[in-house]
Amino acid sequence: MTALTLSRLPAPVLQALARPAFLIGGGIILMSTLFALFPAAFAPYDPLAFNYAAIQQPPSLAHPFGTDNFGRDILSRVIWAYRIDMMIALFATIFALLIGVTAGSLVGYHGGWADTIFGRCVDAVITFPFLVLVIAVVAMLGPGLINMFVAITLVNWVYYARLMRAEVMTQTAHDYVSAGRVMGYSSGRIIFRHILPNAITPVLTFWMTDMALAILLGSSLGYLGLGAQPPLAEWGVLIAEGRNFIFTAWWMSLCPGIAIVLTGLGFSLLGDAVADMLRPKG
Amino acid sequence: MTLHPNPLFSIQDLTLHFPLTRGLADLVLRQPAREVRALNGINLEISQGETLGIVGESGCGKSTLARCLVRLLDPTSGTIRFQDQNIANFKGTERQTYNRQVQMIFQDPYSSLNPRMTVGQILDEALRVHEMRPETERPARIAELLDLVRLPRNAAEKLPHEFSGGQRQRIGIARALAVEPICLVADELVSALDVSVQAQVVNLLLELQEELGLTVLFVAHDLRLVRHVSHQVAVIYLGSIVEIGPSETLFRAPTHPYSQALLSAAPSLNPEERHDKPAISGELPSPLNVPAGCPFHVRCPLATARCTSEKPLLKPLPGGGQAACHHAETSVGERKQ
Repeated sequence: MTALTLSRLPAPVLQALARPAFLIGGGIILMSTLFALFPAAFAPYDPLAFNYAAIQQPPSLAHPFGTDNFGRDILSRVIWAYRIDMMIALFATIFALLIGVTAGSLVGYHGGWADTIFGRCVDAVITFPFLVLVIAVVAMLGPGLINMFVAITLVNWVYYARLMRAEVMTQTAHDYVSAGRVMGYSSGRIIFRHILPNAITPVLTFWMTDMALAILLGSSLGYLGLGAQPPLAEWGVLIAEGRNFIFTAWWMSLCPGIAIVLTGLGFSLLGDAVADMLRPKG
Repeated sequence: MTLHPNPLFSIQDLTLHFPLTRGLADLVLRQPAREVRALNGINLEISQGETLGIVGESGCGKSTLARCLVRLLDPTSGTIRFQDQNIANFKGTERQTYNRQVQMIFQDPYSSLNPRMTVGQILDEALRVHEMRPETERPARIAELLDLVRLPRNAAEKLPHEFSGGQRQRIGIARALAVEPICLVADELVSALDVSVQAQVVNLLLELQEELGLTVLFVAHDLRLVRHVSHQVAVIYLGSIVEIGPSETLFRAPTHPYSQALLSAAPSLNPEERHDKPAISGELPSPLNVPAGCPFHVRCPLATARCTSEKPLLKPLPGGGQAACHHAETSVGERKQ
């Protein structure tokens, strides 16, 4: 960004941009995105190449994160796993976000019987523990990345919709919404042009945190063998591969674990900074 | 009962009851459904170019009446006719046209403007949706509107939070005027503002009314303000009009015992008008449980057996107004003693 475009931003956004939460969180996510887009440029070795001459080597200069039981370079596998796990962060949440925001806005604004039916559906979904329900859906559809996205979206949209509905209901009580009605604006215009920009902030913040949770969930399912399938490099899969060697080759599980924690932290910090930036004044 | 030859609004028997949700216990115990009876048979006419003040205690249905007029609320029964057409029948573009002609200014200047839209965007949207001006002429019209409500022209680029309460209320007026309405409904226009700012905003409204020939429905609980602003005044008690008449007549010689009590409760700067007598006794009954007969009989010093059973209708008074009281003549007599 050039100095000219920066100086055009309003002061509160500039202040939020200078906060450590944004700088650290944004830095981590930027780095993760680069790893995900261009893993070949960062990874020193082929993540799938066996090397029987270097099996389960501890971290060294040649292999900073060590090697696994087939002699594959852990650092390279962790970097290639960014591609899968960032994909999980995005695709396991974005459709839930879109469906949830639309459904939540409509029922929150119109209320009535649609809201009642919506409420019962939400109750039915949140009765089950989240992970149990996702595992049940994946078990029905069969393991694999795409089915995992479908399963998470089916369960997860409810949380976005519930949050959005409550925010929209709060905003609808404001007189600017009545003013829009008195102006003769269509309900689509009122919901999406007037209410949505005022109601979306908590949902966007939740989205950032949820991406961290999605990575954890994706890794958990990968660990359980329900998500990404070996030999694909995915953090959960990597941790699962190392679990039999936890006392002899601890780096096999620890290094992908650190990557999960770091990425999760990045999304959380970024979420905080975004919430600050989007908060309306006055 | 027509007082005016061609009223802009003609309201007949307007009733609005909000049903309360019945809990499981109510259903099991077979409790009857309860409802908040906000409006109980309002009859009213508003003629073109006049300012009608609506006064009454909190919770008497003033705002509900205002919201019915702009169709934010739909009445339970009764009709509102606008230029001889029932507004409940307006749909689609007709309704949009109606809302263009009848605009509302809201009580709370802090919640009535979208915090994320600049003043320019707010006005531009109104002009665009109602196709008031072609795109090239809109910036000029926005500047004109800001001039009209005495705001600086650079206000267009600012967000609502950069303005004071009085300025925000003027933005609300500009938004309403953008669509060139013929009637403005002002619901407690200045009650959220400092007294010094109240006068500015009210005088602006009066000037604009004269300049643009607007009809204004001025809902307020500040009696001095209503007297200053209105041609006609209607006094509402528990969702019914108890007295209506020309502003000066009504304020000088109120007929209905409730109007008398309400007016004598207003503080006065003139020491000779001060008195120690309590203006009114008792509490406003809950609109959940409106008394039978005259709604005021529980608190009325003149109440008789007839008042508890028969609801009085509005009857013409010699002074030019109307009052709904079985003892209208007596009450005037007593006042003169």
